[in-house]
Amino acid sequence: MTSSRNTTLCRSVDRLVEAVLGLLALVSGGMVLLIVWHLLAGAWPAIAAGRLGAFFTDAKWQPGSLRDPQFGVVTMLVGSSLVTLLAVVIALPVGLATAIFHRFYAPAFLERWNRRMMELLIGVPAVVFGFWGLMIVVPAIVRVAPDMPGQSLLAGGIVLGLMILPVIALTSQAALQAVPTTLLHAAAGLGLGRARTIWSIALPTARGGITSGVLLALARAIGETMAVVLVCGNIPQIPTSLFDPIRPITSTIALEMGYATSSHKALLFCAGLVLVLFTALFVGWLSFRRNDTDPGTGGA
Amino acid sequence: MSSLPQQRPRPVGSRWLDRIFAVTGAVAALLSVALFVSLLWDLVRLGLPELSWEFFTGEVEDAGRSGGIAPLLVSTLWILLCCLTLAIPLGTGCALWLSEFVRRGNALARLVTGGVDLLASVPSIVFGLFGMVFFAQTLGLGFSILSGGLTLACMILPILVRTTLTALESLPADLRPASAALGLSRTTTTAKVLLPAALPGIVVGITLGTGRALSETAALLFTSGYSTRLPESISDSGRALSVHIYDLALNVANGGAMASSSALVLLALILVVNSAAVALTGHWLRRRHATS
Repeated sequence: MTSSRNTTLCRSVDRLVEAVLGLLALVSGGMVLLIVWHLLAGAWPAIAAGRLGAFFTDAKWQPGSLRDPQFGVVTMLVGSSLVTLLAVVIALPVGLATAIFHRFYAPAFLERWNRRMMELLIGVPAVVFGFWGLMIVVPAIVRVAPDMPGQSLLAGGIVLGLMILPVIALTSQAALQAVPTTLLHAAAGLGLGRARTIWSIALPTARGGITSGVLLALARAIGETMAVVLVCGNIPQIPTSLFDPIRPITSTIALEMGYATSSHKALLFCAGLVLVLFTALFVGWLSFRRNDTDPGTGGA
Repeated sequence: MSSLPQQRPRPVGSRWLDRIFAVTGAVAALLSVALFVSLLWDLVRLGLPELSWEFFTGEVEDAGRSGGIAPLLVSTLWILLCCLTLAIPLGTGCALWLSEFVRRGNALARLVTGGVDLLASVPSIVFGLFGMVFFAQTLGLGFSILSGGLTLACMILPILVRTTLTALESLPADLRPASAALGLSRTTTTAKVLLPAALPGIVVGITLGTGRALSETAALLFTSGYSTRLPESISDSGRALSVHIYDLALNVANGGAMASSSALVLLALILVVNSAAVALTGHWLRRRHATS
């Protein structure tokens, strides 16, 4: 009698716990919808006023100007893309070469120390990277190009590249580690040298993993604010050289949200939406690749 | 005993190529180490001279050019507490539900997992926009420590869910049937068997989330605000240490020295927290390895 009552009690407790946990899970999973919803709501005044056209076609960004207000996001899109691209161009060769070195050439203890260092480097706050860039990288650039301001596309690329370097190095190394040793042994058995094995066997096999790492780094770089806002100079223009100041989308939001009102504010939310779309694109591509290349086969 | 001529076949691909690979790799590896050391060294060089007891106990004076960072440390701590208070139950609950209460491949569970993964990809400045509208305005919390903390909670949620899920999934598979065979209900199994066993993994997740929350700046700019006064409650505005560095570097002329010291303090805090996470993971893995 009591035992059956106990069982029913347990079952209803179970059901209650399941409901509560399910609710927590729904809140967690639905958070991203809540975010997109609020971005859309914030951007709605601009969309309803038909500003989206100007947002994508205006040549300049001067929303505060009374005489000639322009709302073009293009300069900032170009700024974001260029600085992200430059960061990858800087970080990919260094990161990949580091990974190859530690996988095939360095002794094991060095590999372990390097991985530990990279893991700590990933945790360094973006604002510290940005500040370091402002104090060290920008003056160095001024020394190279004395008649330019120093805060530039190049400075942003270097700082951002340094920030994503550990991501690329660690994911590349994991991808190289996942190359089946039987393949490497077979290559050695065929008489291939070490360099040839790396070039023709290991790198092509690990390509999927390395690309995933680069995509991850891209998503991180394009959404980064603090590292770029301090070193890029923040002038919304299309740069003509590496030493020109630029202004990424993220910096614009950070710099202008504090004082923006009405339609200007709505446009900043539009910029936020563009940013989310961009990163979602990278992440979507990433998960598509993951499904495409089953981890069991190592993507080979 | 005539020895055969010891002639190994020459590997295909020249030795030179191998050497070039080795040297390039070593240079790249050295370069990344040098950059890391340079980052640390520059911060120590610039920041250490200003560090003193007064720096940790003093008020912020002259927009941060002099004085200390005591109120900012308090604000940072309160923001962190608000953040973890929301994020831990939400993240743990979500992971428990995904791992223990739904079948694998359940459509709703896949939606939730996808949502959490997408959340991880949202840029931090966008969290700032969201927090400003949702917590500060819609929920009426204003520019406050609470708004900032809750915004950060949304941001670190994916980290907690992922690490907790991994911890739960790596538990021995026979724990669950064994517990059921003893007649324990699902709730008891979860609370008394699975959670304690997965606790080390959850703690690692919380530590990683703490590091992420401490280092965040962009999400706090429009949520917890810039006030440098000592906060009296969590509904006051309070400036986090990271925001202080940003403000000094961007808006305050001659703020560099104090910004360096603040950056050094923040970096030290985060290195401690993240090293703890690494050490905990190592310890946990070794123990798991030893018992299995």
